[in-house]
Amino acid sequence: MKPAPFEYVAPRSLDEALGALADGGADAKLLAGGQSLIPLLNFRLARPSLLVDLNRVAELVYVSSRDRGVAIGAMTRQATIERDAQMRQAQPLLFEAIGWVGHPAIRSRGTIGGSLAHADPAAELPAVAVCLDAQLSIASPRGRRTVAAEDFFVGYLTTVLEPDEILVETWLPPLLPSTGQAWLEFARRHGDFALAGVAVSLSLERDAVCDARIVLTGVGGKPARAREAETLLMGGRVSERAAAAAEAVRSAIDPDADIHATKEYRAHLAGVLTERAIHLAHDRALALAPSALDVRRTLESLGRHA
Amino acid sequence: MSGVAGPVRRTEDPRLLRGLGSYVDDIDPPGVLHAAILRSPYGHARIAGIDVSAARAYPGVCAVYTAADLGDFNQPAPLVIPHPSLTHGRTQRPLATDKVCFIGEAVAMVVATDRYIAEDAVGLIEVDWQPLPAMIDFRVADQAGQPLVHADVPNNVAAHLIQVVGDPESAFRNAAHVFEEQLYVERSCGSPIEARGVVAVYDPRLESLLVWDATQAPLTIKNGLANMLGLPEFKVEVIAPDVGGGFGTKIMLFFAEEVLVPWAAIQLRQPVKWTEDRREHFISANQERGQQHTARVAVDAEGRILGMESVFLHDTGAYTPYGIVVPIITVTQMPGPYKVPNYRSEFTVVYTNTPCVSPYRGAGRPQACFVMERLIDRIARELGLDANEVRRRNFVQPTDYPWDVGLTFQDGAPTKYDSGNYPAGLQLAEEMIDVPAFRAEQSAARQHGRYLGIGFAAYVEGTGIGPYEGGHVRIEPSGRVLAVTAVTSQGQGHYTSFAQIVANELGCDVADVSVITGDTSRFNWGAGTYASRALVTAGNALGVAARAVREKVLTLGAELLEASRDDLELRDGTVRVKGAPGRALTLGALATAANPIRYAYGKAASQAALQLVKPRAGAVLRAGEEPGLEARGFFAPDRATWASGQHAAIVEVDPGTGNLTFVRYVVVHDCGVLINPTIVEGQIHGGVAQGIGGAFYERLYFDDSGQLVNASFMDFLMPTAVEVPEIEVAHIETPSPLNPLGVKGVGEAGTIPVAALVAEAIEDALAPFGVRINEMPLSPARIRELIDEAVYVDARP
Amino acid sequence: MPEPRAVRVVVNGRTFERSVEPRLLLSDFLRHHLHLTGTHVGCEHGVCGACTVLVDGQPTRACLMLAVQADGAAITTVEGLTETGADALSSVQEAFWEAHGLQCGFCTSGMLITTVAFLRDNPRPSVDEIRVALSGNLCRCTGYQNIVKAVRLASDRAAVATRPDSA
Repeated sequence: MKPAPFEYVAPRSLDEALGALADGGADAKLLAGGQSLIPLLNFRLARPSLLVDLNRVAELVYVSSRDRGVAIGAMTRQATIERDAQMRQAQPLLFEAIGWVGHPAIRSRGTIGGSLAHADPAAELPAVAVCLDAQLSIASPRGRRTVAAEDFFVGYLTTVLEPDEILVETWLPPLLPSTGQAWLEFARRHGDFALAGVAVSLSLERDAVCDARIVLTGVGGKPARAREAETLLMGGRVSERAAAAAEAVRSAIDPDADIHATKEYRAHLAGVLTERAIHLAHDRALALAPSALDVRRTLESLGRHA
Repeated sequence: MSGVAGPVRRTEDPRLLRGLGSYVDDIDPPGVLHAAILRSPYGHARIAGIDVSAARAYPGVCAVYTAADLGDFNQPAPLVIPHPSLTHGRTQRPLATDKVCFIGEAVAMVVATDRYIAEDAVGLIEVDWQPLPAMIDFRVADQAGQPLVHADVPNNVAAHLIQVVGDPESAFRNAAHVFEEQLYVERSCGSPIEARGVVAVYDPRLESLLVWDATQAPLTIKNGLANMLGLPEFKVEVIAPDVGGGFGTKIMLFFAEEVLVPWAAIQLRQPVKWTEDRREHFISANQERGQQHTARVAVDAEGRILGMESVFLHDTGAYTPYGIVVPIITVTQMPGPYKVPNYRSEFTVVYTNTPCVSPYRGAGRPQACFVMERLIDRIARELGLDANEVRRRNFVQPTDYPWDVGLTFQDGAPTKYDSGNYPAGLQLAEEMIDVPAFRAEQSAARQHGRYLGIGFAAYVEGTGIGPYEGGHVRIEPSGRVLAVTAVTSQGQGHYTSFAQIVANELGCDVADVSVITGDTSRFNWGAGTYASRALVTAGNALGVAARAVREKVLTLGAELLEASRDDLELRDGTVRVKGAPGRALTLGALATAANPIRYAYGKAASQAALQLVKPRAGAVLRAGEEPGLEARGFFAPDRATWASGQHAAIVEVDPGTGNLTFVRYVVVHDCGVLINPTIVEGQIHGGVAQGIGGAFYERLYFDDSGQLVNASFMDFLMPTAVEVPEIEVAHIETPSPLNPLGVKGVGEAGTIPVAALVAEAIEDALAPFGVRINEMPLSPARIRELIDEAVYVDARP
Repeated sequence: MPEPRAVRVVVNGRTFERSVEPRLLLSDFLRHHLHLTGTHVGCEHGVCGACTVLVDGQPTRACLMLAVQADGAAITTVEGLTETGADALSSVQEAFWEAHGLQCGFCTSGMLITTVAFLRDNPRPSVDEIRVALSGNLCRCTGYQNIVKAVRLASDRAAVATRPDSA
């Protein structure tokens, strides 16, 4: 299975890349990590006339702190995030989800920006970006614009990117205190695309949920934000509300059927995963929560350990 | 077999580990051209016209062939295994003529300077397709009004065969209980990591053809090609080089490409190579497993089987290039390890507009085992017995051999089990998995909402069938031993196990024996590697040859060492007088002395050769004598030798996701005498992994038009290292009385009982829900459905 | 037709300069242009892992990279695991041999490369971690068991070799 012929250019700067993309016209495609695009080329399901290879645009490779959040250049490899010990603390959801993206050899080449721009409906990073309220920075010959992750994804393999635009950065806001996060997915085999997956981020004040984000993947053309479920959790205790939130997810989504899952099964699965992820995120939030610290101090003062 | 039996490290490994394997695509003869095939995108369509002009004109293209270009050469492939019941057999032509019958059927071939260009040119071929209604669901293929795959085959029925043992009608009439099950197994495929490939080189000066082919049967390909191409057989050689897995896919004979590529090499007078890619493999390499059974069993009040019947449909795909071997195996293997005194089987083989069906590891046995074991489970459930108790009550006992099932096996000989001990095997499996401890664990787990289950399955496997194989052994002056046989290797460790057999006879180091397989220029007689037969037939043939060489060694050794034969032993690569280590000759020296042509190479050989300078009377070779230390040997078994096994597994089913995981997997296996236990275990591990694939992961999805929806590794799910558990293997050795080595085959064993075992284990795990399994493969979605259906049923008043 | 591009790549320590079409896959470049046929091709869509090589030290599917992208890179293939001219196998290869970690050998080069990279980054893995690490390489022959055993053996041996008292 060999690709059809294409012209190829490997620019060394963002400006050069934008120029090449603009010149290339509608049939030009950007090549980032290649882990999604090259299979399509090999199957001849994609036949671009020009490939603009971003792998030599060094200015798009970075991870840095900015405005108390994390700015990640679009061509940063997924493996880089996986190896970043600080990311584990600062952005645990991203860190956890990245381990589920394919296999190490995929993550060696795959990029953060490439995954978001490709917008596979069962991918991890789009759902994570929406859950974290990532701000996506887009460059074009006309300048820059920033789009919230939730507005970036349009549908199956489709984003708001115009043909001459390049996603250049993902900015992740800082987390609220006492935030626990969890990524859970179910795939047929380790490393496969998820039949359904969920990103949950919960912040607690005392026992109650003061912020909740629940975003699913694999249940529609784009990441599905489960607003009703989030609302159900707000102000309440997870132990009392998690099941209802899961049920709300089940009823709200309208997943596709395919050879791996019926609609009903996908919806059911989404509910099961949501409930489990809510509990997991909650447990992690508790481990960080001041109330948990209070409990521990009290126990310690009584001579017992938590 | 003493001495060199054992877990010897494989001699073939260092080369493979260094990346120095030589698989078909690694072979690049100078000037080789590359072929690409235009394949049907439809399951069923008429070809109203085909225009290759743009393809022919594309730079780098050397030729484009359609059926018209092939002329008379474009004949239907031979029906390699005919059968009187195969009344409407059909085989495919190398290139389709006026219509295509399955997605992937070859329609045209491009030959170009590289594969990239060849694929470009394939894309430029214009075909006027007229899609026809496709016959996809084999379960309704023989009903009135269905689309016909072949216009002249009524009701899509290729074959119909009824076989009866005893008097099943009476058995059913007089039984205490009769139970019926509808059982369905859907199609899967072998999918070796190396797909198919052929390289052909025609030398017009020598008028000879050399073909490298990733086939399991080079001799058959050689003889067939010679016939088709009008060449003498001795002008055609076929070599199976290193082959990256076969699993039956590569035993299918005369694939279109196997025939087209050599033909093109002759036309073009240039080497031609075709390397199958993965997408092609999914749509044009053979597949197997689709069957639907209505099975009934008649038992007495104690659960002893009085009679059994299975009426089933077998999906053969678009053609029958391998006859009806698979359903015949299903029939003959169905009674399994049990006494079934009265038995009726009736099968109908139907065509569908899908890729052809021919054996895939197991070759009809997994389906048979699934049916039999589901019936065992049904009996157990209905009579309130433990399934293993039902098994024990029905097992053929160790004292019952030879046990005649009453049918004719796939080799034309009686289905007669020669040895085994199924009760001991089952008991060992139960002990290994510790059933009472599991029941306690299961009970505790249920309190916490976790669903663990245990399953068993037992099977037999007819292995080592004929017709025969041969071997050629020669000791060289260097001391190395050459052992050649026609069977092929796709990873089974033949280079090592065959070396062990020969080394055992000649008293030399295993590492000194070099084995050559699958090269028709080296050995001209034999059938190939399939049906778990290679070790039994070729191994024994090499044993015969090695023993004949041993005789020559003893005779010449006695003469040269001036001792009697009885005083000699073969040890450490020498022949020596027992108790007098100084009186010894290396095998290499002896080989030199055995070839009286005056030349000697090497010090030890020179010493031996000095013998020849002595005065003597008469010819160096007497009448009937041959120079050297070499011999050929053949082995033709009376009939199959019957291996057997009992598997047990503990599984967990997650009722939320429907997912299945294995907690433990135990195999007790009997393949007679073990030459190399490590290699045997490796075969079992691989078979179990494919069995797990077939039970829970691998399924081919064809849509209504015959498109294969999941023609990639992304969507055809072969298990990874995470999904396959650790497999604990114990051996029982009941030697085979049917061959000198006492061995039985093991190649397919691991796959056979897995689906049956998984069904029993899931039912046990989900017993609180009352789930019933009667289909394979399953999936998490399906398990969820079954839980919902079962709960619903239980909830009704 | 697109113009060929110059590619300069170091493979197993040796520098090669070639001219390639942009669409040429790295897997085909290694196998048929450099005649390093130890890297195998099983699927050309990045799932089976048979084509895994190290690119600048990172495990990479050669079928999902273009040869032109390898310009300036250092690549290790299975042929580079043994020292040039040396008879001895590397310790990972020895472990695979001893543990019967290969049957047909077709997935083996990918398994070896994946293992080398994995053990470099995870010297003392658990069995579960090993299975996860291998899950991106499909094998149809072995059922993975002896491959897992081989990786464990290699890791155990490396641990012994790097113990302070094992000088």
